[in-house]
Amino acid sequence: MNVAANKRVVESLEGLGRLTLLAKEALVSILTAKVNWQDLLYQLYFMGAKSQPVVLITGAFTGMVLGTQTYFQFHSVKMDTATLAVVGVAMCTELGPVLTGLMVAGRVGAAMAAEIGTMRVTEQIDALRTLATHPVDYLVVPRLLALHVAMPLLTAEAIAFGIGAGYIVGVYLLGIDATYSWHHMLRYTSREDLALGIIKSFVFGGIVAIIGCYKGMNCGEGAEGVGRATTEAVVYSSITILISNFFLTLALGKLLGIL
Amino acid sequence: MIEVHNLKKSFGILVVLDGVSFCIEKGESVVIIGRSGSGKSVLLKHLIGLLRPDAGEVLIAGENISAMDERQSLRVRRRFGMLFQSSALFDSMTVAENVAFAFRRDRSLTPKDIAERVADVLEMVDLPGTEDKKPSELSGGMRKRVGLARAIIYKPEIVLYDEPTTGLDPIVADSINQLIVRVRDRVRVTTVVVTHDMRSARCLGQRIMMLHDKRIYATGTPDEFFQSADPVVKQFIDGVSDPKEEVYF
Repeated sequence: MNVAANKRVVESLEGLGRLTLLAKEALVSILTAKVNWQDLLYQLYFMGAKSQPVVLITGAFTGMVLGTQTYFQFHSVKMDTATLAVVGVAMCTELGPVLTGLMVAGRVGAAMAAEIGTMRVTEQIDALRTLATHPVDYLVVPRLLALHVAMPLLTAEAIAFGIGAGYIVGVYLLGIDATYSWHHMLRYTSREDLALGIIKSFVFGGIVAIIGCYKGMNCGEGAEGVGRATTEAVVYSSITILISNFFLTLALGKLLGIL
Repeated sequence: MIEVHNLKKSFGILVVLDGVSFCIEKGESVVIIGRSGSGKSVLLKHLIGLLRPDAGEVLIAGENISAMDERQSLRVRRRFGMLFQSSALFDSMTVAENVAFAFRRDRSLTPKDIAERVADVLEMVDLPGTEDKKPSELSGGMRKRVGLARAIIYKPEIVLYDEPTTGLDPIVADSINQLIVRVRDRVRVTTVVVTHDMRSARCLGQRIMMLHDKRIYATGTPDEFFQSADPVVKQFIDGVSDPKEEVYF
Protein backbone atom coordinates (compact mmCIF):
# COMPACT_ATOMS: atom_id res chain seq x y z
CA MET A 1 0.00 0.00 0.00
CA ASN A 2 2.80 2.35 1.03
CA VAL A 3 4.88 1.42 -2.01
CA ALA A 4 1.96 2.07 -4.33
CA ALA A 5 1.25 5.41 -2.63
CA ASN A 6 4.92 6.41 -2.81
CA LYS A 7 5.04 5.48 -6.50
CA ARG A 8 1.98 7.62 -7.16
CA VAL A 9 3.49 10.60 -5.36
CA VAL A 10 6.78 10.23 -7.25
CA GLU A 11 4.93 9.95 -10.59
CA SER A 12 2.85 13.03 -9.77
CA LEU A 13 5.96 15.03 -8.89
CA GLU A 14 7.72 13.83 -12.04
CA GLY A 15 4.71 14.87 -14.10
CA LEU A 16 4.68 18.28 -12.46
CA GLY A 17 8.39 18.64 -13.20
CA ARG A 18 7.92 17.73 -16.87
CA LEU A 19 5.01 20.18 -17.12
CA THR A 20 7.20 22.93 -15.69
CA LEU A 21 10.01 22.09 -18.11
CA LEU A 22 7.54 22.24 -21.02
CA ALA A 23 6.34 25.66 -19.84
CA LYS A 24 9.97 26.82 -19.56
CA GLU A 25 10.80 25.47 -23.03
CA ALA A 26 7.74 27.26 -24.45
CA LEU A 27 8.82 30.52 -22.81
CA VAL A 28 12.36 30.14 -24.19
CA SER A 29 10.91 29.45 -27.62
CA ILE A 30 8.65 32.53 -27.50
CA LEU A 31 11.62 34.69 -26.51
CA THR A 32 14.19 33.24 -28.92
CA ALA A 33 12.52 31.50 -31.86
CA LYS A 34 10.49 33.21 -34.55
CA VAL A 35 6.75 32.79 -34.13
CA ASN A 36 5.02 31.46 -37.23
CA TRP A 37 2.19 33.98 -37.71
CA GLN A 38 0.24 31.71 -40.03
CA ASP A 39 0.07 28.95 -37.39
CA LEU A 40 -0.80 31.52 -34.73
CA LEU A 41 -3.64 32.99 -36.81
CA TYR A 42 -5.04 29.53 -37.53
CA GLN A 43 -5.00 28.66 -33.81
CA LEU A 44 -6.59 32.02 -32.97
CA TYR A 45 -9.37 31.23 -35.41
CA PHE A 46 -9.85 27.69 -34.13
CA MET A 47 -9.56 28.45 -30.42
CA GLY A 48 -10.96 31.96 -30.36
CA ALA A 49 -13.43 32.55 -33.16
CA LYS A 50 -14.87 29.03 -33.13
CA SER A 51 -15.23 28.99 -29.33
CA GLN A 52 -17.49 32.06 -29.38
CA PRO A 53 -20.89 30.35 -29.63
CA VAL A 54 -20.33 28.09 -26.62
CA VAL A 55 -18.79 30.89 -24.54
CA LEU A 56 -21.48 33.44 -25.41
CA ILE A 57 -24.32 31.03 -24.62
CA THR A 58 -22.64 30.21 -21.30
CA GLY A 59 -22.12 33.90 -20.46
CA ALA A 60 -25.64 34.96 -21.46
CA PHE A 61 -27.52 32.26 -19.57
CA THR A 62 -25.29 32.63 -16.51
CA GLY A 63 -26.08 36.37 -16.45
CA MET A 64 -29.78 35.62 -16.87
CA VAL A 65 -30.00 33.05 -14.09
CA LEU A 66 -27.80 35.11 -11.77
CA GLY A 67 -29.99 38.17 -12.38
CA THR A 68 -33.15 36.18 -11.71
CA GLN A 69 -31.87 34.59 -8.49
CA THR A 70 -30.45 37.87 -7.21
CA TYR A 71 -33.73 39.61 -7.97
CA PHE A 72 -35.67 36.98 -5.97
CA GLN A 73 -33.49 37.69 -2.93
CA PHE A 74 -33.22 41.47 -3.31
CA HIS A 75 -36.90 41.99 -4.10
CA SER A 76 -37.86 40.92 -0.57
CA VAL A 77 -35.67 43.71 0.92
CA LYS A 78 -36.65 46.28 -1.74
CA MET A 79 -33.21 46.36 -3.36
CA ASP A 80 -34.38 45.42 -6.88
CA THR A 81 -32.23 48.01 -8.62
CA ALA A 82 -29.03 46.54 -7.11
CA THR A 83 -29.60 43.31 -9.05
CA LEU A 84 -27.61 44.30 -12.11
CA ALA A 85 -24.73 45.59 -9.95
CA VAL A 86 -24.37 42.09 -8.45
CA VAL A 87 -24.50 40.56 -11.92
CA GLY A 88 -21.87 43.02 -13.16
CA VAL A 89 -19.40 42.43 -10.32
CA ALA A 90 -19.90 38.64 -10.30
CA MET A 91 -19.56 38.33 -14.07
CA CYS A 92 -16.43 40.49 -14.20
CA THR A 93 -14.54 39.01 -11.25
CA GLU A 94 -15.55 35.35 -11.09
CA LEU A 95 -18.19 33.90 -13.38
CA GLY A 96 -16.93 35.40 -16.63
CA PRO A 97 -13.31 34.21 -16.42
CA VAL A 98 -13.98 30.92 -14.60
CA LEU A 99 -16.87 29.71 -16.75
CA THR A 100 -15.09 30.81 -19.95
CA GLY A 101 -11.97 28.96 -18.73
CA LEU A 102 -13.95 25.80 -18.03
CA MET A 103 -15.79 25.89 -21.35
CA VAL A 104 -12.56 26.50 -23.28
CA ALA A 105 -10.83 23.72 -21.32
CA GLY A 106 -13.62 21.39 -22.44
CA ARG A 107 -13.60 22.44 -26.07
CA VAL A 108 -10.04 23.48 -26.82
CA GLY A 109 -7.99 21.65 -24.15
CA ALA A 110 -9.54 18.34 -25.18
CA ALA A 111 -8.97 19.03 -28.88
CA MET A 112 -5.32 19.98 -28.26
CA ALA A 113 -4.60 16.84 -26.24
CA ALA A 114 -6.35 14.61 -28.80
CA GLU A 115 -4.63 16.18 -31.82
CA ILE A 116 -1.13 16.23 -30.35
CA GLY A 117 -1.64 12.81 -28.75
CA THR A 118 -2.62 11.31 -32.10
CA MET A 119 0.45 12.91 -33.68
CA ARG A 120 2.57 11.33 -30.97
CA VAL A 121 1.25 7.79 -31.33
CA THR A 122 1.48 7.92 -35.14
CA GLU A 123 5.13 9.11 -35.01
CA GLN A 124 4.22 12.50 -36.54
CA ILE A 125 6.00 14.30 -33.70
CA ASP A 126 9.13 12.21 -34.37
CA ALA A 127 8.75 13.14 -38.05
CA LEU A 128 8.67 16.82 -37.07
CA ARG A 129 11.90 16.34 -35.14
CA THR A 130 13.60 14.63 -38.09
CA LEU A 131 12.61 17.64 -40.21
CA ALA A 132 14.64 19.84 -37.83
CA THR A 133 11.51 21.32 -36.26
CA HIS A 134 11.26 21.61 -32.49
CA PRO A 135 7.83 20.22 -31.42
CA VAL A 136 7.47 22.98 -28.82
CA ASP A 137 8.04 25.70 -31.46
CA TYR A 138 5.57 24.15 -33.88
CA LEU A 139 2.89 22.66 -31.64
CA VAL A 140 2.96 24.37 -28.25
CA VAL A 141 3.93 28.01 -28.87
CA PRO A 142 1.17 28.90 -31.40
CA ARG A 143 -1.46 27.29 -29.17
CA LEU A 144 -0.15 28.95 -26.02
CA LEU A 145 0.03 32.41 -27.57
CA ALA A 146 -3.37 31.98 -29.25
CA LEU A 147 -5.05 31.07 -25.97
CA HIS A 148 -3.29 33.91 -24.12
CA VAL A 149 -4.83 36.28 -26.67
CA ALA A 150 -8.19 34.55 -27.21
CA MET A 151 -9.12 33.82 -23.60
CA PRO A 152 -9.28 37.47 -22.40
CA LEU A 153 -11.28 38.39 -25.51
CA LEU A 154 -13.70 35.50 -25.02
CA THR A 155 -14.01 36.39 -21.34
CA ALA A 156 -14.77 40.03 -22.19
CA GLU A 157 -17.47 38.81 -24.56
CA ALA A 158 -18.92 36.45 -21.96
CA ILE A 159 -18.98 39.28 -19.38
CA ALA A 160 -20.67 41.67 -21.82
CA PHE A 161 -23.26 39.08 -22.85
CA GLY A 162 -23.86 38.09 -19.21
CA ILE A 163 -24.50 41.66 -18.12
CA GLY A 164 -26.59 42.36 -21.24
CA ALA A 165 -28.70 39.23 -20.73
CA GLY A 166 -29.08 40.03 -17.01
CA TYR A 167 -30.26 43.53 -17.94
CA ILE A 168 -32.82 42.22 -20.43
CA VAL A 169 -34.22 39.67 -17.95
CA GLY A 170 -34.22 42.18 -15.07
CA VAL A 171 -35.77 45.08 -16.95
CA TYR A 172 -38.09 43.42 -19.48
CA LEU A 173 -39.07 40.24 -17.63
CA LEU A 174 -38.88 41.13 -13.93
CA GLY A 175 -39.78 44.81 -14.28
CA ILE A 176 -36.76 46.42 -12.56
CA ASP A 177 -36.29 50.13 -13.25
CA ALA A 178 -33.89 50.38 -16.19
CA THR A 179 -32.18 53.69 -15.34
CA TYR A 180 -31.39 52.90 -11.70
CA SER A 181 -30.35 49.37 -12.59
CA TRP A 182 -27.84 50.59 -15.16
CA HIS A 183 -26.63 53.41 -12.92
CA HIS A 184 -26.00 51.06 -9.97
CA MET A 185 -24.26 48.54 -12.19
CA LEU A 186 -21.86 51.22 -13.46
CA ARG A 187 -21.36 52.62 -9.95
CA TYR A 188 -20.50 49.34 -8.23
CA THR A 189 -18.65 47.56 -11.03
CA SER A 190 -15.18 49.08 -11.08
CA ARG A 191 -12.42 48.99 -13.63
CA GLU A 192 -10.43 46.92 -11.14
CA ASP A 193 -13.16 44.25 -11.18
CA LEU A 194 -12.88 44.02 -14.93
CA ALA A 195 -9.06 44.01 -14.77
CA LEU A 196 -9.19 41.18 -12.21
CA GLY A 197 -11.31 39.06 -14.55
CA ILE A 198 -9.23 39.76 -17.63
CA ILE A 199 -5.92 39.02 -15.87
CA LYS A 200 -7.38 35.78 -14.51
CA SER A 201 -8.51 34.77 -17.98
CA PHE A 202 -5.00 35.40 -19.34
CA VAL A 203 -3.62 32.99 -16.72
CA PHE A 204 -6.38 30.43 -17.40
CA GLY A 205 -5.51 30.54 -21.11
CA GLY A 206 -1.94 29.53 -20.26
CA ILE A 207 -3.15 26.75 -17.96
CA VAL A 208 -5.46 25.21 -20.58
CA ALA A 209 -2.81 25.42 -23.34
CA ILE A 210 0.10 24.03 -21.34
CA ILE A 211 -1.87 21.18 -19.76
CA GLY A 212 -3.54 20.28 -23.09
CA CYS A 213 -0.21 20.24 -24.94
CA TYR A 214 1.57 18.42 -22.13
CA LYS A 215 -1.05 15.68 -21.96
CA GLY A 216 -0.93 15.26 -25.74
CA MET A 217 2.86 15.13 -25.95
CA ASN A 218 3.10 12.61 -23.09
CA CYS A 219 0.10 10.42 -23.86
CA GLY A 220 0.21 6.63 -23.68
CA GLU A 221 0.21 4.33 -26.67
CA GLY A 222 -2.78 3.68 -28.90
CA ALA A 223 -6.35 4.90 -28.92
CA GLU A 224 -6.70 4.27 -25.20
CA GLY A 225 -3.69 6.49 -24.46
CA VAL A 226 -5.10 9.32 -26.57
CA GLY A 227 -8.52 8.96 -24.93
CA ARG A 228 -7.03 9.05 -21.46
CA ALA A 229 -4.85 12.06 -22.30
CA THR A 230 -7.91 13.92 -23.60
CA THR A 231 -9.93 13.21 -20.45
CA GLU A 232 -7.03 14.13 -18.18
CA ALA A 233 -6.39 17.37 -20.08
CA VAL A 234 -9.97 18.53 -19.41
CA VAL A 235 -10.09 17.32 -15.80
CA TYR A 236 -6.67 18.70 -14.80
CA SER A 237 -7.22 22.02 -16.60
CA SER A 238 -10.60 22.48 -14.92
CA ILE A 239 -9.30 21.61 -11.46
CA THR A 240 -6.24 23.84 -11.90
CA ILE A 241 -8.46 26.72 -13.02
CA LEU A 242 -10.72 26.35 -9.98
CA ILE A 243 -7.84 26.08 -7.51
CA SER A 244 -5.74 28.85 -9.04
CA ASN A 245 -8.83 31.08 -9.17
CA PHE A 246 -8.92 31.25 -5.39
CA PHE A 247 -5.26 32.24 -5.09
CA LEU A 248 -5.51 34.67 -8.00
CA THR A 249 -8.53 36.31 -6.36
CA LEU A 250 -6.57 36.82 -3.15
CA ALA A 251 -3.35 37.99 -4.82
CA LEU A 252 -4.88 40.19 -7.51
CA GLY A 253 -7.49 41.52 -5.09
CA LYS A 254 -4.68 42.80 -2.85
CA LEU A 255 -2.67 44.04 -5.81
CA LEU A 256 -5.58 45.90 -7.42
CA GLY A 257 -6.86 47.23 -4.12
CA ILE A 258 -10.21 45.45 -4.26
CA LEU A 259 -9.69 43.54 -0.99
CA MET B 1 30.19 9.81 -41.41
CA ILE B 2 28.36 7.87 -38.68
CA GLU B 3 30.22 6.37 -35.73
CA VAL B 4 28.49 4.48 -32.95
CA HIS B 5 30.55 3.61 -29.87
CA ASN B 6 29.41 1.15 -27.21
CA LEU B 7 25.75 2.19 -27.36
CA LYS B 8 23.54 0.95 -24.52
CA LYS B 9 19.81 1.45 -24.12
CA SER B 10 17.23 -0.01 -21.77
CA PHE B 11 13.52 0.63 -21.32
CA GLY B 12 12.84 -0.08 -17.66
CA ILE B 13 14.31 -3.52 -16.98
CA LEU B 14 14.31 -4.48 -20.66
CA VAL B 15 17.80 -4.15 -22.13
CA VAL B 16 17.49 -3.46 -25.89
CA LEU B 17 21.01 -2.46 -26.91
CA ASP B 18 24.07 -3.51 -24.95
CA GLY B 19 27.35 -2.29 -26.41
CA VAL B 20 26.56 -1.65 -30.08
CA SER B 21 29.49 -0.24 -32.06
CA PHE B 22 30.00 0.34 -35.80
CA CYS B 23 31.04 2.91 -38.39
CA ILE B 24 29.36 3.90 -41.65
CA GLU B 25 31.39 5.71 -44.29
CA LYS B 26 30.15 8.65 -46.33
CA GLY B 27 28.14 7.50 -49.35
CA GLU B 28 27.91 3.93 -48.07
CA SER B 29 24.68 1.95 -48.18
CA VAL B 30 24.21 -0.18 -45.08
CA VAL B 31 21.36 -2.50 -44.18
CA ILE B 32 20.75 -3.43 -40.55
CA ILE B 33 18.83 -6.69 -40.21
CA GLY B 34 17.54 -8.50 -37.18
CA ARG B 35 14.46 -10.16 -35.79
CA SER B 36 11.35 -8.24 -34.82
CA GLY B 37 11.92 -6.64 -31.45
CA SER B 38 15.70 -6.93 -31.67
CA GLY B 39 16.13 -3.13 -31.37
CA LYS B 40 16.71 -2.14 -35.02
CA SER B 41 14.32 0.81 -34.97
CA VAL B 42 15.64 1.87 -31.55
CA LEU B 43 19.15 1.87 -32.99
CA LEU B 44 18.02 3.90 -36.01
CA LYS B 45 16.34 6.48 -33.77
CA HIS B 46 19.59 6.87 -31.84
CA LEU B 47 21.42 7.74 -35.08
CA ILE B 48 19.24 10.80 -35.62
CA GLY B 49 18.98 11.71 -31.93
CA LEU B 50 15.29 10.84 -31.46
CA LEU B 51 16.32 8.65 -28.52
CA ARG B 52 19.13 9.25 -26.05
CA PRO B 53 21.39 6.35 -25.08
CA ASP B 54 21.94 5.26 -21.48
CA ALA B 55 25.66 4.99 -22.33
CA GLY B 56 27.88 5.31 -25.39
CA GLU B 57 27.88 7.90 -28.13
CA VAL B 58 26.75 8.54 -31.68
CA LEU B 59 29.01 10.76 -33.78
CA ILE B 60 27.69 12.36 -36.94
CA ALA B 61 30.58 13.82 -38.95
CA GLY B 62 32.48 14.06 -35.67
CA GLU B 63 29.67 15.70 -33.66
CA ASN B 64 28.26 13.77 -30.70
CA ILE B 65 24.50 14.01 -31.28
CA SER B 66 23.72 11.94 -28.20
CA ALA B 67 25.23 14.62 -25.94
CA MET B 68 23.20 17.46 -27.46
CA ASP B 69 19.91 18.79 -26.17
CA GLU B 70 16.84 18.84 -28.44
CA ARG B 71 17.46 22.35 -29.75
CA GLN B 72 21.17 21.75 -30.48
CA SER B 73 20.45 18.48 -32.26
CA LEU B 74 18.12 20.23 -34.75
CA ARG B 75 21.18 21.58 -36.56
CA VAL B 76 22.69 18.09 -36.97
CA ARG B 77 19.32 16.66 -38.02
CA ARG B 78 19.35 18.92 -41.07
CA ARG B 79 21.88 16.44 -42.48
CA PHE B 80 19.28 13.66 -42.24
CA GLY B 81 16.15 12.54 -43.99
CA MET B 82 14.10 9.72 -42.50
CA LEU B 83 11.39 7.45 -43.85
CA PHE B 84 9.30 5.99 -41.02
CA GLN B 85 7.80 2.51 -40.95
CA SER B 86 4.33 4.06 -40.76
CA SER B 87 5.36 6.87 -43.16
CA ALA B 88 4.31 9.33 -40.39
CA LEU B 89 2.76 11.79 -42.85
CA PHE B 90 1.06 14.83 -41.33
CA ASP B 91 -2.54 13.74 -41.81
CA SER B 92 -4.03 17.24 -41.67
CA MET B 93 -1.87 18.40 -44.61
CA THR B 94 -1.94 17.68 -48.33
CA VAL B 95 0.83 15.74 -50.07
CA ALA B 96 2.41 19.01 -51.28
CA GLU B 97 2.33 20.54 -47.78
CA ASN B 98 3.87 17.37 -46.34
CA VAL B 99 6.66 17.27 -48.91
CA ALA B 100 7.38 21.00 -48.63
CA PHE B 101 7.30 21.02 -44.83
CA ALA B 102 11.07 21.49 -44.52
CA PHE B 103 10.81 24.75 -46.50
CA ARG B 104 8.09 26.19 -44.27
CA ARG B 105 10.44 28.78 -42.82
CA ASP B 106 12.81 29.13 -45.73
CA ARG B 107 12.36 32.69 -46.95
CA SER B 108 14.98 32.29 -49.68
CA LEU B 109 12.51 30.24 -51.74
CA THR B 110 9.40 31.69 -53.36
CA PRO B 111 6.15 29.67 -53.31
CA LYS B 112 6.73 29.03 -57.03
CA ASP B 113 10.22 27.62 -56.37
CA ILE B 114 8.84 25.38 -53.64
CA ALA B 115 6.00 24.16 -55.87
CA GLU B 116 8.54 23.32 -58.60
CA ARG B 117 10.76 21.40 -56.20
CA VAL B 118 7.75 19.51 -54.83
CA ALA B 119 6.66 18.61 -58.37
CA ASP B 120 10.23 17.46 -59.23
CA VAL B 121 10.59 15.24 -56.19
CA LEU B 122 7.09 13.77 -56.61
CA GLU B 123 8.04 12.99 -60.21
CA MET B 124 11.18 11.28 -58.89
CA VAL B 125 9.13 9.01 -56.60
CA ASP B 126 6.64 8.26 -59.41
CA LEU B 127 3.77 10.22 -57.91
CA PRO B 128 3.31 13.18 -60.24
CA GLY B 129 0.09 15.19 -59.89
CA THR B 130 -0.74 14.05 -56.35
CA GLU B 131 0.03 17.41 -54.70
CA ASP B 132 -3.53 18.11 -53.56
CA LYS B 133 -4.34 14.67 -52.20
CA LYS B 134 -4.59 13.99 -48.46
CA PRO B 135 -2.61 11.09 -46.90
CA SER B 136 -5.91 9.30 -46.16
CA GLU B 137 -6.55 9.07 -49.93
CA LEU B 138 -3.26 7.23 -50.58
CA SER B 139 -2.38 3.54 -50.49
CA GLY B 140 0.39 2.21 -48.22
CA GLY B 141 2.94 2.19 -51.06
CA MET B 142 2.02 5.72 -52.11
CA ARG B 143 2.39 6.96 -48.54
CA LYS B 144 5.88 5.48 -48.38
CA ARG B 145 6.74 7.32 -51.59
CA VAL B 146 5.42 10.60 -50.21
CA GLY B 147 7.37 9.97 -46.99
CA LEU B 148 10.48 9.39 -49.07
CA ALA B 149 9.84 12.55 -51.12
CA ARG B 150 9.52 14.53 -47.87
CA ALA B 151 12.78 13.03 -46.60
CA ILE B 152 14.88 13.81 -49.68
CA ILE B 153 13.48 17.12 -50.98
CA TYR B 154 16.06 19.19 -49.09
CA LYS B 155 18.91 16.95 -50.31
CA PRO B 156 20.12 15.48 -47.00
CA GLU B 157 23.52 13.80 -46.69
CA ILE B 158 22.12 10.75 -44.87
CA VAL B 159 18.78 9.01 -45.41
CA LEU B 160 17.46 6.55 -42.82
CA TYR B 161 14.79 4.01 -43.76
CA ASP B 162 12.83 2.25 -41.03
CA GLU B 163 11.33 -0.95 -42.46
CA PRO B 164 10.57 0.62 -45.86
CA THR B 165 8.83 -2.46 -47.32
CA THR B 166 6.95 -3.74 -44.28
CA GLY B 167 3.23 -4.21 -44.93
CA LEU B 168 3.53 -3.90 -48.71
CA ASP B 169 2.87 -6.59 -51.30
CA PRO B 170 6.02 -8.03 -52.98
CA ILE B 171 5.58 -6.01 -56.18
CA VAL B 172 5.10 -2.67 -54.41
CA ALA B 173 7.93 -3.62 -52.02
CA ASP B 174 10.23 -4.21 -55.00
CA SER B 175 9.26 -0.86 -56.51
CA ILE B 176 10.11 0.84 -53.20
CA ASN B 177 13.48 -0.96 -53.18
CA GLN B 178 14.17 0.23 -56.73
CA LEU B 179 13.19 3.74 -55.69
CA ILE B 180 15.59 3.70 -52.72
CA VAL B 181 18.39 2.56 -55.05
CA ARG B 182 17.47 5.32 -57.53
CA VAL B 183 17.51 7.95 -54.77
CA ARG B 184 20.80 6.66 -53.44
CA ASP B 185 22.44 6.82 -56.87
CA ARG B 186 20.90 10.12 -58.00
CA VAL B 187 21.20 12.11 -54.78
CA ARG B 188 24.40 10.30 -53.68
CA VAL B 189 23.43 9.97 -50.03
CA THR B 190 24.63 7.78 -47.22
CA THR B 191 21.87 5.22 -46.77
CA VAL B 192 20.96 3.25 -43.65
CA VAL B 193 18.10 0.78 -44.00
CA VAL B 194 16.58 -1.19 -41.16
CA THR B 195 14.65 -4.22 -42.34
CA HIS B 196 13.91 -7.88 -41.78
CA ASP B 197 13.06 -8.36 -45.46
CA MET B 198 16.02 -10.29 -46.92
CA ARG B 199 15.10 -9.36 -50.50
CA SER B 200 15.42 -5.70 -49.52
CA ALA B 201 18.67 -6.38 -47.71
CA ARG B 202 20.23 -8.04 -50.75
CA CYS B 203 18.94 -5.33 -53.10
CA LEU B 204 19.84 -2.26 -51.02
CA GLY B 205 22.95 -3.04 -49.02
CA GLN B 206 26.58 -2.66 -49.93
CA ARG B 207 27.13 -3.94 -46.40
CA ILE B 208 24.78 -5.83 -44.08
CA MET B 209 24.94 -5.77 -40.29
CA MET B 210 22.94 -8.16 -38.16
CA LEU B 211 21.65 -7.03 -34.79
CA HIS B 212 21.28 -10.03 -32.51
CA ASP B 213 21.40 -10.52 -28.78
CA LYS B 214 21.48 -6.74 -28.16
CA ARG B 215 24.63 -6.09 -30.23
CA ILE B 216 26.00 -6.27 -33.78
CA TYR B 217 26.38 -9.98 -34.24
CA ALA B 218 27.72 -10.14 -37.79
CA THR B 219 28.70 -7.78 -40.58
CA GLY B 220 29.68 -8.32 -44.20
CA THR B 221 28.78 -7.82 -47.85
CA PRO B 222 25.47 -9.29 -49.07
CA ASP B 223 27.33 -12.16 -50.77
CA GLU B 224 29.26 -12.98 -47.58
CA PHE B 225 26.04 -12.87 -45.61
CA PHE B 226 24.02 -15.09 -47.88
CA GLN B 227 26.84 -17.65 -47.99
CA SER B 228 27.45 -17.54 -44.24
CA ALA B 229 27.61 -20.82 -42.39
CA ASP B 230 26.95 -19.17 -39.02
CA PRO B 231 23.84 -20.90 -37.59
CA VAL B 232 22.23 -17.67 -36.30
CA VAL B 233 22.75 -15.83 -39.60
CA LYS B 234 21.68 -18.85 -41.63
CA GLN B 235 18.54 -19.37 -39.55
CA PHE B 236 17.56 -15.74 -40.07
CA ILE B 237 18.25 -15.77 -43.81
CA ASP B 238 16.38 -19.03 -44.31
CA GLY B 239 13.55 -17.83 -42.09
CA VAL B 240 13.40 -21.06 -40.10
CA SER B 241 11.88 -20.96 -36.62
CA ASP B 242 13.46 -22.88 -33.77
CA PRO B 243 10.94 -25.44 -32.49
CA LYS B 244 12.50 -25.31 -29.01
CA GLU B 245 12.10 -21.57 -28.80
CA GLU B 246 9.06 -20.21 -27.02
CA VAL B 247 6.91 -18.10 -29.31
CA TYR B 248 4.26 -15.88 -27.76
CA PHE B 249 1.15 -15.23 -29.79
